[in-house]
Amino acid sequence: MVLVLALGDLHIPHRAPDLPAKFKSMLVPGKIQHIICTGNLCIKEIHDYLKSLCPDLHITRGEYDEDARYPETKTVTIGQFKLGLCHGHQVVPWGDLDSLAMLQRQLDVDILVTGHTHQFKAYKHEGGVVINPGSATGAYSSITYDVNPSFVLMDIDGLRVVVYVYELIDGEVKVDKIDFKKTATMHG
Amino acid sequence: MLPDGGGGDDEERWLAEGIAGVQQNAFYMHRALDSNNLKDALKYSAQMLSELRTSRLSPHKYYELYMRAFDEMRKLEMFFREETRRGSCSVVDLYELVQHAGNVLPRLYLLCTVGSVYIKSKEAPAKDVLKDLVEMCRGIQHPLRGLFLRSYLSQISRDKLPDIGSEYEGDADSINDAVEFVLQNFIEMNKLWVRMQHQGPVREKDKRGKERNELRDLVGKNLHVLSQIEGVDLEMYKETVLPRISEQVVNCKDDLAQFYLMDCIIQVFPDEYHLQTLETLLSAFPQLQPNVDIKTVLSQLMDRLSNYAATSPEVLPEFLQVEAFAKFSNAIGKVIEAQVDMPVVGAVTLYVSLLTFTLRVHPDRLDYVDQVLGACVKKLSGKAKLEDSRATKQIVALLSAPLEKYSNIVTALELSNYPRVMDYLDNATTKVMALVIIQSIMKNTTCISTSDKIEALFDLIKGLIKDMDGAQDDELDEEDFKEEQNSVARLIHMLHNDDHEEMLKILCTVQKHILQGGPKRLPFTVPSLVFSALKLVRRLQGQDGDVTGEEVPATPKKIFQILHQTIEALSCVPCPELSLRLYLQCAEAANDCDLEPVAYEFFTQAFILYEEEIADSKAQITALHLIIGTLQRMGIFGVENRDTLTHKTTGYSAKLLKKPDQCRAVYACSHLFWTDDQDGIMDGERVLLCLKRALRIANAAQQMANVSKGSSGSVTLFIEILNKYLYFFEKGIPQITNTVIQDLIELIRTEKQNDSQTSDPSAEAFFASTLRYIEFQKQKGGSIGEKYEQIKAA
Repeated sequence: MVLVLALGDLHIPHRAPDLPAKFKSMLVPGKIQHIICTGNLCIKEIHDYLKSLCPDLHITRGEYDEDARYPETKTVTIGQFKLGLCHGHQVVPWGDLDSLAMLQRQLDVDILVTGHTHQFKAYKHEGGVVINPGSATGAYSSITYDVNPSFVLMDIDGLRVVVYVYELIDGEVKVDKIDFKKTATMHG
Repeated sequence: MLPDGGGGDDEERWLAEGIAGVQQNAFYMHRALDSNNLKDALKYSAQMLSELRTSRLSPHKYYELYMRAFDEMRKLEMFFREETRRGSCSVVDLYELVQHAGNVLPRLYLLCTVGSVYIKSKEAPAKDVLKDLVEMCRGIQHPLRGLFLRSYLSQISRDKLPDIGSEYEGDADSINDAVEFVLQNFIEMNKLWVRMQHQGPVREKDKRGKERNELRDLVGKNLHVLSQIEGVDLEMYKETVLPRISEQVVNCKDDLAQFYLMDCIIQVFPDEYHLQTLETLLSAFPQLQPNVDIKTVLSQLMDRLSNYAATSPEVLPEFLQVEAFAKFSNAIGKVIEAQVDMPVVGAVTLYVSLLTFTLRVHPDRLDYVDQVLGACVKKLSGKAKLEDSRATKQIVALLSAPLEKYSNIVTALELSNYPRVMDYLDNATTKVMALVIIQSIMKNTTCISTSDKIEALFDLIKGLIKDMDGAQDDELDEEDFKEEQNSVARLIHMLHNDDHEEMLKILCTVQKHILQGGPKRLPFTVPSLVFSALKLVRRLQGQDGDVTGEEVPATPKKIFQILHQTIEALSCVPCPELSLRLYLQCAEAANDCDLEPVAYEFFTQAFILYEEEIADSKAQITALHLIIGTLQRMGIFGVENRDTLTHKTTGYSAKLLKKPDQCRAVYACSHLFWTDDQDGIMDGERVLLCLKRALRIANAAQQMANVSKGSSGSVTLFIEILNKYLYFFEKGIPQITNTVIQDLIELIRTEKQNDSQTSDPSAEAFFASTLRYIEFQKQKGGSIGEKYEQIKAA
């Protein structure tokens, strides 16, 4: 069993002062084995904070990230799963599932994690999974109105991945759970 | 030869001789005691005590010698007690007898010893004996010898005072005698102690000061004894004890004694006594010598009393009743006035203690806090910025205390003297303080919700907002600067009001201040302002502002003007990439507000930046993706404006430096001509044009690779375009047929075969998954399955 934290679009300090305190108290070092971050952190302090939660940190570049060294896309293999990571502003139309599916085919991954729209999404698509963890700070978005802060924890166990989405709604953390099984039709 | 008054070696020798003398006489004294020979006992004890007549020892060594003799005297005292108990000699006779000793010092030690036995025997009232003894001790005026003799008296008498409830309590007023005895002994001891400073050569003044300091507890012990006397209740303390002690302290005019004894008073007597006698106690302070470190003692007192208030809240009414704050405030004022040479740090330390005091004791009295700060300003006024780092540290403590106490900056913003104190800080410390303020806001998630409060806040943190006079660039550490500016950027999100009009005012205030930040700061602060403003736009969006016909200041239009100005300032930094992103955000927001001209203007600005300022090819790619992505979402433009913008965009795409980037941007542009939403654009012709153009560029890329590397490049671009074809095929664009797709699949196959030696596993996987997708769609059945039926993927 491996716990993977997926989050992105924090937009600190451009659009939000900090992560919600409730999230900060949930995210403690030592529990998470990998972090995948879709980008737009935007500053080094946040990078350092994530690194303090878990040193195995994978980040792709959002259009507001000050660190230009983050790659545009990245793939990571965790257990039996191949994960693809991309911020998503490069994929037009933004947030369009069919266009993201093309990226998923191109990266040849089981799970594609992207951001940019600030809206939590998890689809089963052609046997693969496309996840958008939303914005961890609930940052303003031109695409999505009324953004709630959210992030995703993936529990990867053998051929099974359970996606927990944590959403902060009116000051309360709501958790949802989505189950995916990797089937023979999946690639990788 | 150095003139050595008491060289270490000599002194050691003298001490050794003294001890030997004590031991030898003690030996004979013991023999006399064992044989009940009173006469010899008196003789040898007097000889032993004569060793204490020496003037050659330093206080430290003298103490050692004294302790030897002291131990022996305990034995003699026991002997006396036995002797009188057995009745072989009456205590009265004994009291007479010891006065025959030849030398005054031994005589007085013996007298004190017998006096102790006398009191214990209760044959005379304790008060009479004590009074007699304390008077007689005046016979020794040599400071060191006198101090130790009186210390001996104090030692043997402390358990025999006619205290209330004590077995030695006499008639009604005997408590007064007990107190009088201790006070008198104290006063005499202090006089001796002070006189010590003035004896001997001037050049040894410092040394004497040090030696005296070692003796201070002998004097202080008396105060301790006083505090232990049961009968010293508040009344007695107020009427007799404190006035007498404080009179002595003031009158002795000795720095060391005054500092030590004031501290001693504060330490040994209970807090409630201090509280009830504040006036008397505080009135002593301004009368102390100018060099006495009053601030330490006074701070000590305030700290004690604020702790007292904190630990027992039920005493708070007492503080109010005695007007403790006013008294302290007054006393500090007088002390500062009296001690002209007190360094700034001293004064500020006093104010820090007073502030701590009032925050603990009168947390609801914000006016007191302001008063303290005001007094501090008064002290600082007329001076330049502080350069003393210790004083600066104290000012920071002074300014931080209200923040910690109220954990709400809004409270501090009401303190009119707060910014005035800050004005005396140097630039670096102003910044530190500004960061402390911001951190306090962040930690407590304080929302600051009116523009005048925000005005006051910006005044406090101006050290971070703009260049200060005389600030030097080279003192700036880039990392520190970034961190500072990022905290300002975070702060901007805490400036908020749900009321639209007030929020607009807030935005104007923030804009006014951050635009003063200069090119270094704008890239950090402008984005926060922009997004804060866009949030307001979003809130206004649902409202029809102009319906009433009245002048409504908070309209999206008005906010877009602010946004335009702000981003323009940022673009002049120059900071084209960030400015472009912000313009595009605004364009999209204007789109959502149905403001076509505004949206067009923002796009125009973004395009100008793209054309004129963004030269780096990687930056161009990202900027272009953002332009395409935004434009794709804009439904507001009429045909003409739209054409202009899409034309420009496809033009930029085809002009990127690298062919693969050109190709990708061009196929992304295809989405500009086909949108899914209601009354969306559906221009299949131009979609196809884009895709064909992308194919041509992919071909050209292939050829270039052939020429330069001797192998055709990856077929990835073709597979990407194939996927785009599939995308629009599924959307039902008539121009994109299964034949076109089939041709493309074949083309890719051929390309792959032609280039079998440079296999690209990622392209292989991409192609395989694309073909798998086609199969997947076929198997879906329905209209999609039907569409795909004709395409042969396998």
